Amino acid sequence: MSANAESQEQWDVVIESDYPLFNLRLKEAWNYRDLLWILVFRNFVAQYKQTLLGPVWFFIQPMLTTLTFMVIFGAIAQIPTGGIPQPLFYLSGVVIWTYFSDCLVKTSTVFKDNAGVFGKVYFPRLIIPLSIIVSNLIKFALQSVLFVLVLLYYVYFKADVFQLYTTSFLFMLPVFLLLMALLGLSLGMIISSLTTKYRDLAFLVAFGVQLLMYATPVVYPLDSERVRSIAGNFLQWNPLAPIFEGVRKGLFGTGFFEWWYFGYAVTVTVVLMFVAIIVFNKVERNFIDTV
Amino acid sequence: MSKAIEVSHLSKLYRLGSIGTGNLSHDFQRWLAKVRGKEDPYMVIGKQNNREAGGKQDVVYSLHDINFTINQGDSVGIIGRNGAGKSTLLKVLSRITSPTSGTVKVRGRVASLLEVGTGFHPELSGRENIFLNGSILGMRRHEINAKLDEIIEFSGVERYIDTPVKRYSSGMYVRLAFAVAAHLEPEILIVDEVLAVGDAEFQKKCLGKMNQVSTSEGRTVLFVSHNLTAVETLCNQGIYLDMGRLAMQGPTLDVVREYVSRDLLARRVVQSTEIKRLGNEHLTIVEAAVENGSSENPTDIIDISSDVRLKITLINHTKDHHLSVGFDLKTAKEEVVFGSGGKLHSPPGMPTVFTCVIPGNFLNDDLYQMDIYFHTPSMSKLFAQRSMVSFEIKDQARDNGFLGKINGMIRPQLQWASSAGITKNV
Repeated sequence: MSANAESQEQWDVVIESDYPLFNLRLKEAWNYRDLLWILVFRNFVAQYKQTLLGPVWFFIQPMLTTLTFMVIFGAIAQIPTGGIPQPLFYLSGVVIWTYFSDCLVKTSTVFKDNAGVFGKVYFPRLIIPLSIIVSNLIKFALQSVLFVLVLLYYVYFKADVFQLYTTSFLFMLPVFLLLMALLGLSLGMIISSLTTKYRDLAFLVAFGVQLLMYATPVVYPLDSERVRSIAGNFLQWNPLAPIFEGVRKGLFGTGFFEWWYFGYAVTVTVVLMFVAIIVFNKVERNFIDTV
Repeated sequence: MSKAIEVSHLSKLYRLGSIGTGNLSHDFQRWLAKVRGKEDPYMVIGKQNNREAGGKQDVVYSLHDINFTINQGDSVGIIGRNGAGKSTLLKVLSRITSPTSGTVKVRGRVASLLEVGTGFHPELSGRENIFLNGSILGMRRHEINAKLDEIIEFSGVERYIDTPVKRYSSGMYVRLAFAVAAHLEPEILIVDEVLAVGDAEFQKKCLGKMNQVSTSEGRTVLFVSHNLTAVETLCNQGIYLDMGRLAMQGPTLDVVREYVSRDLLARRVVQSTEIKRLGNEHLTIVEAAVENGSSENPTDIIDISSDVRLKITLINHTKDHHLSVGFDLKTAKEEVVFGSGGKLHSPPGMPTVFTCVIPGNFLNDDLYQMDIYFHTPSMSKLFAQRSMVSFEIKDQARDNGFLGKINGMIRPQLQWASSAGITKNV
């Protein structure tokens, strides 16, 4: 519309069938930032209303999962944890994995879950996936507190079996988190866009995420003889592997980390993000006709 | 006056049939055609949006080449039959779905109310939902804060404002939801038939608020409703959609009149067709017609002096040998003039003709429609259809007497007399 400077032609919104492929309309989303916060609040509050324990569930989930992992992978399967005490190793893995999988699973049903609202009112659809990412970030922060408590316990009371050996990679932690959020968001957006037409994908996500966990170094360190002997180098091409290994490098100084490896994760994330933006943009405009 | 909305060559295609199954191959073919620069094989152009007509193509135009502009401050009523494309138009204007072709240009902030209480979360309190719903409708937090007291007062649910809305009665829920919507301050307000909910008092309140928004606050309002009286009182401009096309735009009264006459005149005779059968499992209406009972040709224009004959040909599928039939005669604006009914012999499985005659010199020069009901002899409901048939009575040219419309729903010819010189009875 820039060609027409005439005041009659100053339109605020132009709706047409053609649209730019990459335009996420972030400026418009920014105008709706208050909605983002209230949705985060809603996600958070609504989840534990009418429960006795409320937010305590945020801590119970990872604790029970860690215990289960200690029994199955630690005691029964006897998978080595690279010299790190099992509770610490599993808990860190569980907390990080939960963040990723929650982002992915919740984002992957955005269109389906919000069809009612999307069908009645317009707002930048991107707000909903973003609110999921942020809500989960809060949950992640709470669960991290649990991890830090366990870590401190080991540092002060179990100094004989565990020496804290954090490295400067710790400062990369926010970057790793961001990468994981973007990966979850992108995959989720792609899946949610495709599920508006092909509902089959919803089934795939349910167990696909579980399978993905085993293909990711959550319950085992990537750099171990045993893993290599079984899966070769195959697992290292999982773009989540550099993230998990990087976090471990930062926390315990044991993970496998190389800059080219980190670059690989970044590249995959960026590519997926572009695909997600294109697909989401396309579906967002008309999905209400097919949902 | 400056333009608020400009719609040019707007079209919207819908694919019919089941969506989602067996589409992978269609999608692939479409993609292939697109890559090779050919026309989409599944978009066959030129089909009207007429659900009563059969067609082989599995796409229809829900909107077809719509052009109009709306000036700032206008309140525009959008009318048309069910399926004429009204809701699709609102959805495109409020950016819920995008057009297949054409453009819409909008100046100012748009808020669309296609439903009240969109996004309400049952677990959250009334107050929290005000913020949630307000934000979804595009309000900023400080705007909501500034109006919070006003909204709560308008809703009339102060006592329950910190209770989760899942404990609200449905009336309270709607009140709270409308209160939020009523305090939006967009330049353009798009309203679907949300007023169909709530009790009469509340509807009045809503209509009053909308009137205030459009007249005194100078905002642009788009309003879709089947309630023609509401459209006439609220709107100064009308848009009449017919089968996905713009049939008429202009002053509300003209547009409503055009719609009423076109829509109602189309139904003096209705028949079951192969595509659309009138009736249900209890009975089939082969034909329902309004005839001129005083003329040799029953399809003649019905004059004010002619008998009006309702003729229904039907097949009874029940086991009873009798049917109870009745109608409500209504004006074009849905006001009931009177009703009538009877218990008639109708052997099962055999075409039977029911007739009823409304005498001439009784109805006014006007448009009328009939809701027709069928019951078993013991009055359990079999079939009913609103506005099944409609017709027009004309006061035609005659040598003497008054011509044209006079006031009233009916115009019976009554006996008038005068007697001069006798005063004792007065």
